[in-house]
Amino acid sequence: MLEILSNPNVQWVLFGTTALGIAGGVLGSFALLRRQSLISDAMSHAALPGICIAFLIVGEKMMGALLVGAGLTAYLGTYCIQAIAYYTRLKTDAAIGLVLSVFFGIGIVLLTFINNLPIGGQAGLNEFIFGQAAAMTSSDVRVISSVALVLVIITILLFKELKLLIFDREFARGIGLPTTVLNGLLMTMIVAAVVIGLQAVGVVLMVAMLIAPAITARYWTDRLDVMVILSGVFGAISGILGTVTSAPISGMPTGPIIIVAACIVFFVSLIVAPKKGLVVKAYRLQQLRKQTAREQILQSLYELVEEHYQASGSLTDFAREEIRALRPLSERRFRKTLNGLERSGKIDAKEEGYALTTSGRETAHNVTLNNRYMQMYAMHEARFANLQMEKRNWDFLSLPEEERERLHALLQEHQLEPRLMQGGRL
Amino acid sequence: MSYTFWILLTASLVGVSCGIIGVLLILRKLAMLSDAISHTVLLGIISAFLITQSLDGWTMFIGAAIVGLLTTVFVQMLHSAGVQSDAAIGIVFTFLFAIGVILVSMYAGNVHIDVEHSIMGDIAFIPWETVNWFGIEGIPQAVWMLGIVLVIDVILLFLFYKEFKVSTFDPELAAAIGLPVGVLHYLLMGMTSLTAVASFDAVGAILVVAMLIAPGATAYLLTERLSMMFVLSAVFGVLAAFSGYYIAAWLDASIAGMMATMAGVIFLLAFVFSPTHGLIAKRLLQNRIKYEV
Repeated sequence: MLEILSNPNVQWVLFGTTALGIAGGVLGSFALLRRQSLISDAMSHAALPGICIAFLIVGEKMMGALLVGAGLTAYLGTYCIQAIAYYTRLKTDAAIGLVLSVFFGIGIVLLTFINNLPIGGQAGLNEFIFGQAAAMTSSDVRVISSVALVLVIITILLFKELKLLIFDREFARGIGLPTTVLNGLLMTMIVAAVVIGLQAVGVVLMVAMLIAPAITARYWTDRLDVMVILSGVFGAISGILGTVTSAPISGMPTGPIIIVAACIVFFVSLIVAPKKGLVVKAYRLQQLRKQTAREQILQSLYELVEEHYQASGSLTDFAREEIRALRPLSERRFRKTLNGLERSGKIDAKEEGYALTTSGRETAHNVTLNNRYMQMYAMHEARFANLQMEKRNWDFLSLPEEERERLHALLQEHQLEPRLMQGGRL
Repeated sequence: MSYTFWILLTASLVGVSCGIIGVLLILRKLAMLSDAISHTVLLGIISAFLITQSLDGWTMFIGAAIVGLLTTVFVQMLHSAGVQSDAAIGIVFTFLFAIGVILVSMYAGNVHIDVEHSIMGDIAFIPWETVNWFGIEGIPQAVWMLGIVLVIDVILLFLFYKEFKVSTFDPELAAAIGLPVGVLHYLLMGMTSLTAVASFDAVGAILVVAMLIAPGATAYLLTERLSMMFVLSAVFGVLAAFSGYYIAAWLDASIAGMMATMAGVIFLLAFVFSPTHGLIAKRLLQNRIKYEV
């Protein structure tokens, strides 16, 4: 591995793929947030005929000319998508699919046409389809990394304006920003980020170089600036991983490996990211289920005790079947929750069944009270809309005294106030 | 049967079967999902080959159908995990397609499909790859596969024509009257995978998207009737196939690429000249309204 890395050719290639990974990640964030990820797919496919036309005009594989050609047809493709979606009743996704495949078809025709021409120098054009990073010369890398650098600098300089543009275009126009110009600029920058990746990643898979790092970054943060930076970093990592892995295998196209690397980084983030990752989400759901089960059992027991106390004036214990009948739970969860409540000293196991302890009675009282407030709130939602309970995590007990009194008055009206404890005493 | 005949027949079968499926894909806004499926078919084909070590038509069908449905399911899963739907499509198909390309490059020596084949097909070789199926000699495998898929597609469309029609134009109504909307969706996705895999030898995994979308989109600009749209779309598919073949032969370029290009050219003509939805018709209508006002 180290042997490969010390090869100056490989170092150049690595430098190039890192640069285009950064640019792709940074601009990809904007494309993703504007929901234009599939348009960038069409852009990269539409670049193929441009590369071929540029080659036909220049007569040799000059990176700068090929990139300009690629950029022009990519831009034309984007324009066609907008024109089709604007002038006809076809939806944008149909327009994207149409432009993508037809431009690619034209590209393939030109490519096969060029390959059959009796001239030299056309070898290697095919590599633009799936990318061949190893084919990059040091001058190619220079062109690619300077474009990448310019893109990153423009993004930094115009960060505030671009941010406004993608999140609230109307507002941006309202405060006098030239939104049409900015929009055109952003589009051009995305096109540029796509075309500099074509040699290493290829037209078919370039879109993933924009989306995958950006959507990965989206899982780690809610801030645009952090997202853009992270996305650039993820892009660079994918570029490096892909190049290093594919370099020793002869004939292996680089693009697919880079994309698989980028997607693996995404899948890992999807699972382990803090806050939004699937593991954290599953854990939170589990906790919520446990808590709900606890509260259900406490409230059921409370209601049984309450009823018995009012009828006879004494406390007693209740069999587990009676408790479970009120609010059905699965047998396993019911058993585990009962054990947990017993361990934390909220309930006592007697021969006949279970009874609330003193501290259990207080907890159960609060749970029941809160749930009955909830009932009142749901019945008279319009009257309590000012409380915004969804922001208070539905905790009615933390409400100011006067609001609670309004709810409590309703409870009394419906004869639902919890009667086991009043004023904190039994 | 001459060489040209078989190529034209294959290309026309691709045009017809993609054309009729494409109508539903356009109307149901599934163009990009079908793009994703036709890419991932490559992974299905190469996995089927690696598992069974044969390039038999049936194993390819099964592999492609499985991967096609998996693509739909994965996109759905990512979407419900909170990924916006366009990005979900973009990630899933590039990932599966990339794996397919890697596998093809690794085993390129052993398989007759190579990377180039997977992007533009190999229609020029189809007349020579004949098989003996059902005791009939001399018919190319691709023609068999396309023919069988076309028959399946047409039968399913006839059987469920009303169901597809209702669930396409009014999904809520379809669900309300108890149609299995989900089943119909996956059925269509399955039909798309089968059509894509049958077309794979002729046009490859990417250009098939042009054959799926362009004829349907063209027909959509020319008619208001669903049944007419199916007919027009199939006709445009065949037209693209014929014109594509002859121009490609003249230019000495890729036949599949030229078919896609011609499908685009036909669309462009409809885009400009359609009597109801074309640019010119709309401009004239605008002028008349201005004049009347």
